[in-house]
Amino acid sequence: MRSPQRALISLEGTKSEITGPVFGHNMINEFDNDLIVNYAKPGEMAIGQRILVHGRVLDERGVGVDGALVEFWQANAGGRYRHKKETYLAPLDPNFGGFGRCITDENGYYWFRTIKPGPYPWPNGVNDWRPAHIHFSIFGHGFAQRLITQMYFEGDPLIWICPIVKTIPDEEAIKRLVAPLDMSNTIPMDLRAYKFDIVLRGRRSTFFENRKEGN
Amino acid sequence: MVQPLNYLKESPSQTAGPYVHIGCTPNFTGIHGVYETDLGSGPLYNDKTRGERITIRGRVIDGSGTPLRDALIEIWQADADGFYNSPSETRGKADPNFFGWGRCPADMATGEFVFETIKPGRVPHAGRLMAPHVTLWIVARGINIGLQTRMYFSDEEAANAEDPVLNRIEHRVRVPTLIGKREGDTVTFDIYLQGENETVFFDI
Repeated sequence: MRSPQRALISLEGTKSEITGPVFGHNMINEFDNDLIVNYAKPGEMAIGQRILVHGRVLDERGVGVDGALVEFWQANAGGRYRHKKETYLAPLDPNFGGFGRCITDENGYYWFRTIKPGPYPWPNGVNDWRPAHIHFSIFGHGFAQRLITQMYFEGDPLIWICPIVKTIPDEEAIKRLVAPLDMSNTIPMDLRAYKFDIVLRGRRSTFFENRKEGN
Repeated sequence: MVQPLNYLKESPSQTAGPYVHIGCTPNFTGIHGVYETDLGSGPLYNDKTRGERITIRGRVIDGSGTPLRDALIEIWQADADGFYNSPSETRGKADPNFFGWGRCPADMATGEFVFETIKPGRVPHAGRLMAPHVTLWIVARGINIGLQTRMYFSDEEAANAEDPVLNRIEHRVRVPTLIGKREGDTVTFDIYLQGENETVFFDI
């Protein structure tokens, strides 16, 4: 009911597509990229597996996209979202809001600290569960690069039976959404790290229009 | 063997899901105290912005005729003189009082979205002038990849007739799906995802 039946009409990039909003670092508050504390009462923290999620936003040529706004949202450790239309019986965590944002640095690098989300049942088939996942929304430099996607966690057996994951027909493409455990950036006795790179389109621009900032 | 063309592949899109508001418009869903305001909410203009004030109203409607009440809509447009407020704008400097981007969740009861903005100027493309238009991006539960479309204005008949993008649409009967109906200061633009009057979406 929600997918167009007719083919998309191809459009070469006009100014309307290769331009896009770019946000300043000054819009980011100190704890916007720390979901363990950004909703918590003073002195308290969210409950769950502490993790760091980090990586780069790149274009298809492998160039880091600087100044890209990355927004993310997720369920808590038990798979419960803080949303008024959500009715799953797992409890809310009073110290976890479940969202944050950051802006990539000059090399396209971003990071945030959070709780590993739990799997989540949803009314699709009679027994469908989403794998643990974090939603990402990314602005590159052009509105044509606008992307919303989801990050999954290495080794989760639910990934391969999820109908939303399987909307991607190519197994290699699915793997590009699975973040590996990154022990080299794990902080001993504190948190584990997962690395997640995001690639925005940018290859289709013609050679002489290519610029460092991409489009 | 030739050398491999080792470009990276774009990260696949996934649906924004029903709880997109948590991340993109938390105040709208009742989560206060983390962000002061929701990004992209409120009028796109301020007192100093140049241009004619307009209101864009519309709904995103599914194949059964039901408005989506969990969609998120973003718009991107040029200023009154046809310049984009973007580092990729190479022709000149846009109105510093107009950022050009807005975000609005569909109303949870009616499905309506509303943008208070200005009418954009004309932007050139390949030696011709495009008609005034606003670019829209739509995501929601059940939409696997964000849908890109454009809204043109019913009071710009002559400009619309020579617009290079509208002229690429082979089936001319589909062109009116991209024309917002202007009455006074309000432009109404309903987006049909599927069926008879299906809106034209672009692969850009």
